[in-house]
Amino acid sequence: MSMWASLNRSVFKKTSTFFLAAALGTFFFERSFELASVAIFESLNKGKLWNDIKHKYEH
Amino acid sequence: MAAAVGRICGARLLKNYGIVTPQVCQLSTGAQGWTRNRKIWLSTLGVVSGGVGALLFALEQSVQASGSEAHPPHQPWSHDGWFKSLDHASVRRGYEVYKQVCKACHSLQYIAFRNLVNVTHTEEEAKAEAADVMIKDGPDEEGNFFERPGKLSDYLPSPYPNENAARAANNGAYPPDLSLIVSGRKGGEDYIFALLTGYMEAPAGVVLREGQNYNPYFPGGAISMAQVLFDEAAEYSDGTVATASQLAKDVSTFLRWCSEPELDERRLMTIKSMGMFTLMAVVAYYFKRHKWSTMKSRKLAYKPVSKK
Ligand code: HEC
Repeated sequence: MSMWASLNRSVFKKTSTFFLAAALGTFFFERSFELASVAIFESLNKGKLWNDIKHKYEH
Repeated sequence: MAAAVGRICGARLLKNYGIVTPQVCQLSTGAQGWTRNRKIWLSTLGVVSGGVGALLFALEQSVQASGSEAHPPHQPWSHDGWFKSLDHASVRRGYEVYKQVCKACHSLQYIAFRNLVNVTHTEEEAKAEAADVMIKDGPDEEGNFFERPGKLSDYLPSPYPNENAARAANNGAYPPDLSLIVSGRKGGEDYIFALLTGYMEAPAGVVLREGQNYNPYFPGGAISMAQVLFDEAAEYSDGTVATASQLAKDVSTFLRWCSEPELDERRLMTIKSMGMFTLMAVVAYYFKRHKWSTMKSRKLAYKPVSKK
């Protein structure tokens, strides 16, 4: 049995597990998407952001 | 508007098509031809809105060309671009320029000391900045107003108690609040930079009144603010050489931040929304293929009914 089919049977067929999968999937997707976007933003603006210069002013 | 839409669509929006028709409509590319009336209505609507748009554009352009002021040249700001954040070192220097020069005349009443935290200053530094100024507070138990050192939650104090006092001290001209000046002036920070660095001798024939100066970027040319930025007009704590143009650049960047403190956030949002819309476009493409697969692979067979 292919992975997809077994996943389908064990998780997606039942409402309770389906919604659990949706909630967990949302959580992990949001976390990784957010971290990836911030990483892109920070690398594009390296040296200009407060996080890049704050070490000069913190003691 | 509603009447026009009703006219064009007729009662069609309300009609009950049954179950099959809407589905067939979605799948078919050829629609029923438009009626003559509908065509006329739609083309009139198109021509009128196109014409109004062109007229507005032309009016706007002619106003731009008719003024006597010089248009500020565009500067290569490091925050220009879809994904570019503000240069926070420059914003910090700009705050120093505001504090040492502009603060003598201009208020910045929508910026509080707490806004500086983690943008240009650490919390300790921002507290020290606030404690440096005296804030009017009160009334106390006896009903008197009193002065106390500032706190993080205080807004930057204004140099004059009210507009009349400001005018009286500046030859009748009012130095506007700078909090939103970049959003409030055409050209934004390009204009501020050009204005601060653009002072010159008035050309022959231009008459200036007492206390006025000539600046080609200011509408009308006669501005009641004298040139304030010269080399070494302010001092930078990070050792940057304080030339006049450096001061102007930094204070313009700072004022852009004052007008749009959420700029960095918006740039990050651009990245996020582009990622999100890309993912959704992939899903939409797959979904379209999925729905059309039956249509594209179907075969129609006609079985003639024999007469016999
Ligand atoms: C000596 C007082 C004084 C100082 C210092 C001063 N200004 Fe002004 N400023 C004025 C006055 C007065 C006006 C109003 C001019 C007018 O309306 O003719 C003005 C107007 C302006 C304007 C508005 C121009 C417009 O388009 O209406 C800007 C922007 C400006 N100042 C920026 C600055 C900046 C930035 C600094 C600090 C580098 C600064 N000013 C320092 C007095 C001052």
